Amino acid sequence: MSAVASAIATRLAEIVGDGNLFANPADLAGYAIGALRPRVAIRPGSAEETADVLKFAAAEKLGSVACGARTKLDLGLAPRKYDLAVDMTRLNHVSAYDPDDLTLSVEPGLALHQLSATLAERAQFLPLEVPFFRRATVGGTIASGMDSPLRQLYGTARDFILGMEFVTADGTLAKSGGRVVKNVTGYDLHKLMIGSFGTLGVITKINFRTFPLPRNVRAFIASFDSAERALDLRARVSRSPLKPLTMEVFSPGIADLFCSDASRRIDPAAFPTNLLASDAWAFTCGFAGTEKVLERYEAELRAMGAQVGGANISVLQGDDVRAAFACKREFVPIALESSPATTIAKAAVLPSRIQEILGVIELAATDESLRWAAMARGVGVIYVALLPDALTEGARRRLARATGRIQSACEKAGGHATIPWCPFEWKSELKVWGSERADWAQMRKVKSVFDPHGILGVGRFVGGL
Amino acid sequence: MNAQLIRELKRLLGADAVLDKREDLLLYEYDGSVEMARPECVVFPRTTQDVVHIVRLANQYKTPLVGRGAGTGLSGGALSRKGGILAVFSRMNRIIEIDAENHRATVQPGVVNADLSAAVAHLGLHFAPDPSSQKACTIGGNVSENSGGPHTLAYGVTTNHVLALGMVLPNGEQVRVGSCALDPPGYDLAGLFVGSEGTMALITEITVKLTPLPEAVKTLLAIFDSLDDATETVAEITARGITPAACEMLDGWTLRAVEAYVHAGFPLDSAAVLLIDVDGLREAVEAHAEAVADVCRLHHARDVRLARDAAERDLLWKGRKNAFGAVGRLSPTYYVQDGVIPRTKLPLTIRRINEIGKKYGFEIGDIFHAGDGNLHPIILFDASDPKQFERAVSASDEIIKFCIEMGGSITGEHGVGMEKDRLMPLLFSDAELDFMRRVRDAFNPENLLNPGKVIPTAKSCGEIRVRPLPIAGGSPA
Repeated sequence: MSAVASAIATRLAEIVGDGNLFANPADLAGYAIGALRPRVAIRPGSAEETADVLKFAAAEKLGSVACGARTKLDLGLAPRKYDLAVDMTRLNHVSAYDPDDLTLSVEPGLALHQLSATLAERAQFLPLEVPFFRRATVGGTIASGMDSPLRQLYGTARDFILGMEFVTADGTLAKSGGRVVKNVTGYDLHKLMIGSFGTLGVITKINFRTFPLPRNVRAFIASFDSAERALDLRARVSRSPLKPLTMEVFSPGIADLFCSDASRRIDPAAFPTNLLASDAWAFTCGFAGTEKVLERYEAELRAMGAQVGGANISVLQGDDVRAAFACKREFVPIALESSPATTIAKAAVLPSRIQEILGVIELAATDESLRWAAMARGVGVIYVALLPDALTEGARRRLARATGRIQSACEKAGGHATIPWCPFEWKSELKVWGSERADWAQMRKVKSVFDPHGILGVGRFVGGL
Repeated sequence: MNAQLIRELKRLLGADAVLDKREDLLLYEYDGSVEMARPECVVFPRTTQDVVHIVRLANQYKTPLVGRGAGTGLSGGALSRKGGILAVFSRMNRIIEIDAENHRATVQPGVVNADLSAAVAHLGLHFAPDPSSQKACTIGGNVSENSGGPHTLAYGVTTNHVLALGMVLPNGEQVRVGSCALDPPGYDLAGLFVGSEGTMALITEITVKLTPLPEAVKTLLAIFDSLDDATETVAEITARGITPAACEMLDGWTLRAVEAYVHAGFPLDSAAVLLIDVDGLREAVEAHAEAVADVCRLHHARDVRLARDAAERDLLWKGRKNAFGAVGRLSPTYYVQDGVIPRTKLPLTIRRINEIGKKYGFEIGDIFHAGDGNLHPIILFDASDPKQFERAVSASDEIIKFCIEMGGSITGEHGVGMEKDRLMPLLFSDAELDFMRRVRDAFNPENLLNPGKVIPTAKSCGEIRVRPLPIAGGSPA
């Protein structure tokens, strides 16, 4: 360690304690973003310590990146400066849980699966069933803006976060919103924090509204010979009075992913066999309710499925539902395990344009000889995994062309597409955040208020923010 | 006001789009709250370009500028606290696009809330936020205030339904934030601007989500002989994880005022009623209604009535939505609060509010979005009696402080505006308020746009002015 680094470490250790500061290369490797390693990693034990750390970081102009379980540290671009990793996993408590009020306040470092177990004891849950579920923290999930299959019914974090406490880049401990389910007191600053990759501040507490855990969940699945028919069923369900919990269309390539060893490594509950065919599209949705409600869903889905030419129509129950759900949730990690150079694009368009975009994806992947699989959520968000056989220069060029075509098609259709996951060394060659959007200029104004000295992960986010 | 500025406004917008005579301006000095502030001139933009002209002139003449929809707000958000120009968006009232397949609509800010729902009803859709003033209030106003309404219990408030905004910034720049497609990359600016009470931009175009109309709706009226039984029913409905589409409470005092006006069928001798909607699939609604009725009976409801048909349901809801109009018949001046509390604290808080009423010598009516814990206690007072007015303010402050002690907040849906900015320090530290100020200043650096709102300018207790007469039928959400 250099003398400067050593002086910094000494001061930081005074704040967080010696045992919570890491400066040896082996430990720091665990905090790497691509090839970049921080000079120091620290684990503050409270919101106040986090504030003191950032105050010091601001004074010393230390490039700082907050993290949780580090499952998504590779998302976005490389930070321009990475001196300090602020590991939030010691802030891992449920600060308040009022099950009778269906409200919850948690620290960011709490593991999602632990929180989920706590809520399940009171037959409640958060619709935050996101990828890396068994490892991810609440804070990392919110800061990275991950979505869940359950968004079909419950929306995303912005719809059920009631307020937040966070530390701004100058070390101010601030809050917005509250812990009640309805509140318009002051600006909704916490909405800015969701999906901001820690570039505005470091989250120290999140207040949620919780939901009753749906009992008697079932899943419907049917195969189709074209995306058009599978999407036709999506449209029919959307027009019907049914309100499924989840709704997805799978491309043919999904069968190979979900029924693979990679899938079992991520989540031992493998997708029920025989339901997905390697050469067919699939439509699937989850639903819940009383026996009468379930009967109604099943009857109408079967009828609509048959009308649009569905085959292998099945309704899953019990463990099969959980396994199918886990695969959907873990689509990204499963895909990452399935190729040495997995690249995942997240595209979003209006639901009526999904078919057109799936067409472009299929064509682009075929033209570039790339194995691929896509999962299109009913709301118009499409995850596409492009799976080259090797991490080669040739593969990179093919990927750049394919993702470029997908991105420009989405933009032409009034949507957008980002590339959250790809081999890190390819990031500078791909349009990770898509094309510059008109409102990015306004985002710079926000950034300049939250992080005037540019210490929080600058360069990772859109437009170099 | 500068005569040259008026001339330029008339030249750019047309003489029929500018008001500057005292008798005309008087109409714009109030909203639905007890606040008053008179603008120096009122303009009616027809296009986004008009808005750009107005903003540039306001800048050039360093004149305050405030946007306004229908003026139904309940916190003085659309009043010209510092004089200047009031831009009324009633002429920008076009529904620009309805995309039924994707459940989207794009509208100008002056579109009336209920008009959008009416325009898409034949498609089986509606715009879910439903403030009680929905027949008059505009979607631009809803966006600025992040309005709620009875059915936001299940469907969410305005911010949950806004996808993108077209805006003119205080520097005259036109910007669009958000996207019709979900999850646009970048910060959630639409989330920041919704509910910013017109302090950062003037909104010129709004893209919203439309929500399918439920297949079935059942409306229950649960009648109680004790206020505690009613509030405990609400707490237990919440605790059991039953989410009705709406769960409203009227106490005996309020329902008697309503009944005399609307004849909705509320029983005059009861201590409280709960008006509860359950909706969704036919099969689900039946089970839900039964579960709700069970909880009501468990807590000694004298009767649980089910509205027989749409007409009876509409009548009950008319009673609820016109409640404040009914109160207006009893007293020309009343003060309505908007505190929020955790639902578990409902019985305790309602008892406390009534004690506070007794202490200050008021009978306080309670009507509120019980399911959300969003209270609207009403204090009637005689504005010509300064002592009584002072007591009303003290009672009101004590209620709000109690809500905060319970872990609640000062406003659930009406906004801070110029009415509650003095209360902001009860919830936020100086550093936090200063931070909000800096965020505002990033977009509104000279604070010409809606000055004196949301963030208190001074620490001293602001004075609450009293409006001489409420708007007939004025109806908070």
